[in-house]
Amino acid sequence: MKASLRVKRYNPEGGGKPHWGEYTLDGVSQNDSVLDLLHRIKWEQDGSLTLRRSCAHGVCGSDAMRINGANALACKTLVARLGSGDSVKIQVEPILGLPVVKDLVVDMEPFMEHYRSVMPFFINDESVPTDGRERHQTIEDREKFDDTTKCILCAACTTSCPSFWANGKYVGPAAIVQAHRFIFDSRDKGAEERLNIVNEQFGVWRCRTAFNCTNACPREIEVTKAIAEVKMAITSGIV
Amino acid sequence: MKPIIHTHDAIVVGAGGSGLMAALYASRGADVAVVSKLYPTRSHTGAAQGGVSAALGNNEEDRWEWHAYDTVKGSDYLADQDAVDVLCKEAIDAVVELEHMGLPFDRFPNGKISQRRFGGHTNNDTGKPVMRACHAADRTGHMILQTLYQQCIKNKVNFYDEFQVVDLIRVDDTIRGIVAVEIANGQFHIFHGKAVIFATGGWGRCWEVTSNAHSLTGDGAALCLRRGIPLEDMEFFQFHPTGIFKLGILITEGVRGEGGVLINSEGERFMEKYAPSIKDLASRDVVSRAIFLETKAGRGINGQNYVHLDVTPDTVNHYFKQDGYTDRHIDKEYIEAKLPDIADFTKTYLGVDPTEEPMPIQPTAHYGMGGIPTNVDGEVLLDNDTVIKGMYAAGECACVSVHGANRLGTNSLVDLVVFGRRSGMKVADYCKDAELLPLPDGAADEIMAEFERIRNNNGTVKHHDIRKEMQSTMTENVGVFRIQENMDSAVVDMAALKKKYRDEMAVDDKGSLFNTDILEAWELGCLLDIAEVTAVSAANRKESRGGHARDDFPERDDENWLKHTMCYLQEDGTLHIDYKPVVIGRYEPKPRVY
Repeated sequence: MKASLRVKRYNPEGGGKPHWGEYTLDGVSQNDSVLDLLHRIKWEQDGSLTLRRSCAHGVCGSDAMRINGANALACKTLVARLGSGDSVKIQVEPILGLPVVKDLVVDMEPFMEHYRSVMPFFINDESVPTDGRERHQTIEDREKFDDTTKCILCAACTTSCPSFWANGKYVGPAAIVQAHRFIFDSRDKGAEERLNIVNEQFGVWRCRTAFNCTNACPREIEVTKAIAEVKMAITSGIV
Repeated sequence: MKPIIHTHDAIVVGAGGSGLMAALYASRGADVAVVSKLYPTRSHTGAAQGGVSAALGNNEEDRWEWHAYDTVKGSDYLADQDAVDVLCKEAIDAVVELEHMGLPFDRFPNGKISQRRFGGHTNNDTGKPVMRACHAADRTGHMILQTLYQQCIKNKVNFYDEFQVVDLIRVDDTIRGIVAVEIANGQFHIFHGKAVIFATGGWGRCWEVTSNAHSLTGDGAALCLRRGIPLEDMEFFQFHPTGIFKLGILITEGVRGEGGVLINSEGERFMEKYAPSIKDLASRDVVSRAIFLETKAGRGINGQNYVHLDVTPDTVNHYFKQDGYTDRHIDKEYIEAKLPDIADFTKTYLGVDPTEEPMPIQPTAHYGMGGIPTNVDGEVLLDNDTVIKGMYAAGECACVSVHGANRLGTNSLVDLVVFGRRSGMKVADYCKDAELLPLPDGAADEIMAEFERIRNNNGTVKHHDIRKEMQSTMTENVGVFRIQENMDSAVVDMAALKKKYRDEMAVDDKGSLFNTDILEAWELGCLLDIAEVTAVSAANRKESRGGHARDDFPERDDENWLKHTMCYLQEDGTLHIDYKPVVIGRYEPKPRVY
């Protein structure tokens, strides 16, 4: 089939302005991913088209972008999901709410700063078991935070969130997911401190449960639910 | 534009598992910078699925010596046995330490780390598969990568994210630093230090069908080669038996560890013929060859070059019964809990639910057993014995050698935590007393000129076309099965492609900002160097061993070839092959039967 792509292009070097690049590709298969198509444009037509990508199968989180108006990983979005028949129209833009560096590449630093602000690391200063072996954890306790361990920091959730668009100081869903992963880990001792951080002015209460984040997550994490669990932990004081 | 100079005690290049582990340990005694072309959590360690082995014995008897024997046998006796002992003994402590860092391993009902069966890992008394692979569902690598990055943040390690290493600064027999490009703006930087640790990963992108990320272009290994450091055992490259048909995306061996079986077009569980004892859980080289032979004999599904990997409960339970596992039984929920990411991959890319239908799979280029020669402390060797001062390597880019001619599943993760840690510790120690040697004048001049050359070269050929040709000839001629004539032609092809690369290639993007066109072109240069070394090393080895399987020399030949290949790039641009003896310990080479 034939694919017509509109790709948001922007190269500030030399004073360029944002504009749409239009590309046509023949011989496209239903099983091609949007990343495959962007690669074909870059490798066959215009080497200056710029994007991030690495693993190409949805585990590294490099290629989150806005595809036909919704955030997704380009490598996990197959043509079959965007249309059928003889031709398909695909529009690709950078994720929203972060400064664009060039074409589909955004500045990830504001996102990473929010991530780092929630103390996204295991805290337990108590001595380890004297037999030199692992700490124990029940299967049930391990299950409580399983969903949020899947996060790959692709930023699809945060950059789909209306509250984040409205105010970039909001830590955003991804950072709360990361906080959740530790708050609900029975081995971790930093829950109180983290709950205080996300209880701040730009913390969880900015979430208006729009569910955009849950829809955007390529790892199918129930992001809104995780945020709700963190809100509950703050109000009830029970983790 | 002049390069910007930064000074740190130690510079770690690459932020996958080995780089982060090294950085954590080195930063306990030295000022460390991590330079990585990707954001750390994008590194390919995150794609590792099934597990990290350690003889914890959490559910049944196990010993690190059994792990060592399995590793040596898996290596087809080419691994250095002193290094294998270090690997398997320290794996236990390293895995426990990961748990102490917060890694969310799956758990057994008794609260201990859950372990599963994996290819080639056995109880040495019974010969049966043993539960040794510690795992977090089927995203163990993801959890290792996340956990180590989190600990680096906690310990305030310095990161230079999206800085791509492009040269290694060598003066005589010392390393003084690296040159890197800041991807965002094209600025060159010199990182001046007492020690450099390369943790740059593999080079699976030399082949067409691969499990490897686009970023795995062998940069670190190629830079070492160009700066006079030999590459060891490069003919040994692993083809993982179960990649998704055509796409190469990895389907973990853990699927077979949980009971999955390989089935040909006749509905036959063909591994019974090739490995009567442990069947589908034989070493990867053995299983990949079996798949190749089955499809060659016309028993691929629909006559094509793939077979089925079947983990549907009915099939698995049928074979459990046949194999005498009276206590094993699985259902749909169990598979979904143990292999959620696999289910996601096959649903996304194939529309196949693995609990209901078999998955179409074929071998996929996966892992370089060879690489930059090091000792067990990560120190890089200039020849068979001489350490080059200030240079270290760990993880896939290094060759210790613990994997020999074929790596066992899970041992890549074991390798990166054990040797990442050891090199980090060694570097912290080294930096205490070592002095900071001065930078040579114009340390970045040569590579800056090369980038200008690539930018302005007046050609017509796109780097993508050269890359495709390289991948095609490597797949055709230096793949699962090899013969002299084909490998020789790959050597000739590489020389021609390198000439084309130099004379005829052009890039479209001439700018400075986030110029991935030039960087991809430069990475192709690395791939071509690595592909050439691989082809030359392969054409030279006149035997079959582990991942190097030849139709014309089908047997292992210990009398003539129980030795490591050391490939040197000489000043005139030609490659020279020498050898290094294998360290034999408790296990004398014997025929390898599974």
